[in-house]
Amino acid sequence: MTFKQMFTSSVGKKLVMAFTGIFLVLFLVVHAGLNACIWAMDGGVMFNKAGHFMGSYVVPRVLEIGLFLGIFLHIIQGYMLTLENRSKRSVGYAVSYKDGSKWYSRSMAILGTILLMFFIIHWKHFWIPSRITGVEEIDLGNGFVVHNLYAVMQETFQSLWVVIFYVISCISLGYHLAHGFQSAFKTIGVHNKKYHVLISSIGYGFAIVIPLVFALMPISFYLHWVN
Amino acid sequence: MSQNKMNLKLKVWRQKNAQTTGAFVTYNVEGISDEMSFLEMLDILNEKLITEGGEPVAFDHDCREGICGMCSLYINGKPHGPWQANTTCQLHMRAFKDGETIVIEPWRANSFPIVKDLTVDRSAFDRIIQAGGYISVNTGNAVDGNSLPIEKQNADDAFAAAMCIGCGACVAACKNSSAMLFLSAKVSHLALLPQGAPERKTRVLSMVAQMDKEGFGSCTNTGACEATCPKEISIANIARLNSEYLSAGLTSE
Repeated sequence: MTFKQMFTSSVGKKLVMAFTGIFLVLFLVVHAGLNACIWAMDGGVMFNKAGHFMGSYVVPRVLEIGLFLGIFLHIIQGYMLTLENRSKRSVGYAVSYKDGSKWYSRSMAILGTILLMFFIIHWKHFWIPSRITGVEEIDLGNGFVVHNLYAVMQETFQSLWVVIFYVISCISLGYHLAHGFQSAFKTIGVHNKKYHVLISSIGYGFAIVIPLVFALMPISFYLHWVN
Repeated sequence: MSQNKMNLKLKVWRQKNAQTTGAFVTYNVEGISDEMSFLEMLDILNEKLITEGGEPVAFDHDCREGICGMCSLYINGKPHGPWQANTTCQLHMRAFKDGETIVIEPWRANSFPIVKDLTVDRSAFDRIIQAGGYISVNTGNAVDGNSLPIEKQNADDAFAAAMCIGCGACVAACKNSSAMLFLSAKVSHLALLPQGAPERKTRVLSMVAQMDKEGFGSCTNTGACEATCPKEISIANIARLNSEYLSAGLTSE
């Protein structure tokens, strides 16, 4: 069996979703951890340094390429699988079966679409100005000049609508993770009961904590909890 | 023991064959005992239809003991009806109330084409089994049953997977029309036993390939299959199948 045959079968396509999903879960930890520097209460010095590290050094930049590949693979494969799976039942049921599964498990494509819309707007807010169109710079002393992404955040999150949109996106992320986290591990073959219980518990905790940390960022700026 | 009699309205999917489009037809049945099975209630409907010169409703059934996997029916939005861990033939009319409307649909999946009315063609499952759901044995005298030591836990898990009767409720319940619970039960059943060891790798690869060829969808772990399975096949079998597939795929030539 070739790798192509393996990863294009129905099980193989799910493996691609699972591996990219787990990679994106790891990215969320890094992203949330670095962004948490906004709460250092130092006027954004630590946060801007962290942003500078991520944007200027070779390791994060190489990982960034992997991140983009992972995100696009996850999105494209997700849509293709959704369309393919829907085509398997041409005539639907008059009464649908809802009791056997959670609504968010059945709605991964819709939740994912909200997240895709979020990514486009999020990239427009931060990634594109930082990488392409340019942002205001700040001298942190001794000629150490960095992008003032903290100021960009402060400005972006003065709009209530932006904050609401970010919070809704974080809720979508939470539900996407509530299914996706444990599902990814099942797909890569974790079937031992003790691990299943552990992974489900970690998954639900992760699905609450990470989106909550992200949602608190725009809220903190909007309500001036950070200076 | 006194019986409660009830009158019911049935909305039944009627379809002449796979080439025609079907539609719901409403029937009223009267004097149904709550001690009847669901299929006996349909028998009464069919007796009535035949007496009136109509065409009886086609539906699959065989043992009527919940063990053969022949009965199907998607009743009020759930495969095999409202009871848990139960087949349609073991569903009794006491599950319903007098005056209730019951919607009866066939299994819906393109891989299970409708033969007539509520009867679907589930031979795709047979072809998946033929692709790898077997073991190699030496010819000659039967080997003594206890000659192969099998760990108790593995024997129990294999037996639990072997409970699958291949009814197709998992496919009917799944939003993706995926046959993964069925396939995982068959693969787990043999992968857990020493008798299944010789073909362990080729089995899972061949059976997944056949499942894809039959046009079933892919699994998204929603759990609807496990919730509706009359034999309570665990979704953990799907994770085991994924593990079998991953290791077989990576180590095959």
